[in-house]
Amino acid sequence: MAYSDKVIDHYNNPRNVGQLDKSSESVGTGLVGAPECGDVMRLQIRVNPETQVIEEAKFKTFGCGSAIASSSLATEWVKGKTVSEAMEIKNTDIVKELSLPPVKIHCSVLAEDAIRAAIGDWKKKNAVGEAAAVAAN
Amino acid sequence: MSKNTFDDDVTAVPVATANGNGSTAPKGVKLPIYMDNHATSPVDPRVLEAMMPYFTGIFGNAASRNHSFGWEAEGAVERAREQVAKLIGATAKEIIFTSGATESNNLALKGIAEMYRERGNHIITQVTEHKAVLDTCKRLEKSGYRVTYLPVKADGLIDLEDLKRAFDEKTILVSIMFANNEIGVVQPVAEIGKLCRERGVLFHSDGVQAAGKISVDVNSMNIDVLSLSGHKIYGPKGVGALYVRRRNPRVQISEQINGGGHERGMRSGTLNVPGIVGLGKACEIAGQEMATEGERLGKLRDKLKAKLEGSLDYIHVNGSMEHRLPNNLNISFVYVEGESLLMGINDVAVSSGSACTSATLEPSYVLKALGLGDDVAHSSIRFGLGRFNTEAEVDYVADKVIDIVKKLRELSPLYEMVKEGIDISKIEWQAH
Repeated sequence: MAYSDKVIDHYNNPRNVGQLDKSSESVGTGLVGAPECGDVMRLQIRVNPETQVIEEAKFKTFGCGSAIASSSLATEWVKGKTVSEAMEIKNTDIVKELSLPPVKIHCSVLAEDAIRAAIGDWKKKNAVGEAAAVAAN
Repeated sequence: MSKNTFDDDVTAVPVATANGNGSTAPKGVKLPIYMDNHATSPVDPRVLEAMMPYFTGIFGNAASRNHSFGWEAEGAVERAREQVAKLIGATAKEIIFTSGATESNNLALKGIAEMYRERGNHIITQVTEHKAVLDTCKRLEKSGYRVTYLPVKADGLIDLEDLKRAFDEKTILVSIMFANNEIGVVQPVAEIGKLCRERGVLFHSDGVQAAGKISVDVNSMNIDVLSLSGHKIYGPKGVGALYVRRRNPRVQISEQINGGGHERGMRSGTLNVPGIVGLGKACEIAGQEMATEGERLGKLRDKLKAKLEGSLDYIHVNGSMEHRLPNNLNISFVYVEGESLLMGINDVAVSSGSACTSATLEPSYVLKALGLGDDVAHSSIRFGLGRFNTEAEVDYVADKVIDIVKKLRELSPLYEMVKEGIDISKIEWQAH
């Protein structure tokens, strides 16, 4: 398997590794995948309640190099975006950026799921509906 | 990349894709390091030297009876037959040359099944066999044969009581591998042979990983048919052999390839003379050096294991350590995914039980047969030491693996949760 340079870069120097306080009101946590499938991603975001901008993002991933790279990239991309902007990130964008081969597309899907799950968790905590999020955009 | 498992030929490791980990080799270590000798092994220079004349000067067809070119080739083949036979305690006439162990396994199973069809239609094998046996059995099932697939215990060995219960009046053949290609466990072959002999049932064993590594004796072990391969024992690829017992009992096999009646009619096709010479030489060397080589590799393997276990938690060896090839180590590094580990140790060629590259996402069927969960199977690495590995290489590999496993565990949410005392088996994961 020839990994793309970008996958190798994220694997060697993963961005934003770590964890945020799950109990904090401003933090959304997405935990997706399953150990038996060989991929688990945890992506967390800290959202500014005023601006709805994602000010901080952290991840940890159990998975192959492409899964690690997809989630590392996802944290880079969500940072600085509003939650509704972050919802626009598509797995296909990740595939393109990392030049993932067909067998690794599921890694990008999982990263997209992780973003959505983290945002979903934050919305639930803050009782933010879709409408409010869009309005704030 | 190939599909899952480390089935022999499997998942090559991306040794060539330098990932910029910036590792430099210590003195006396040349990178990349090859430690995947269950998949294949390099040709021993002594083997190559023996083969060389048979490509050009002595190029005759061993079946040509009318001139010296043919006689010389035939003489070389017969010497090789003696060398192969000697390694396993057989006689030269009992050795049939083939293109490799996959063909040998096909010939043994299909050839016996067909020949003994009148006597019965039941075959007994076990679940961690190589695909060359399992897929052949599946094919035979489609042709009306019944196949019993014995389970293995957590240590990878079959339970002899299960075998005893599996025999019935229609059983014609038992096929149980000598040593496993993924976990290196050595089945109780002599006991199996005895049970088969007592019942008048033929016993075939896939001896590919065992012959030349540990003692194999077809007579004391009551093996009737044994598959061998050249490239697992520092011989060339594309050549193998099948031992077929000629006395007590005389085993008969239906040919699967028709043609000029070569190899006593059991395997037609012009003989691969250079390959056969190489296989013979490889067997001769293995026979001479097996004891010292086994001891040396066993010590290196144990050192590798001790270093890994000394520095890492949550690792465990798959398969029996007691009944095991000296050169095999198969370890699960729990909470680290195997492919990501391979990526980190890309200057070391080993295999993974993970199947992240396969469309099915199914990890190794061998590890699953031991009762490992998919998550643990995904975390396993097979180390296959060989004749040309050195202690310095083992040290390098151990240090590198420890380093990368620690790094990946820093990245692993599972490892973090377990360390925090969370029972991850209680979490409702969403399979994908």
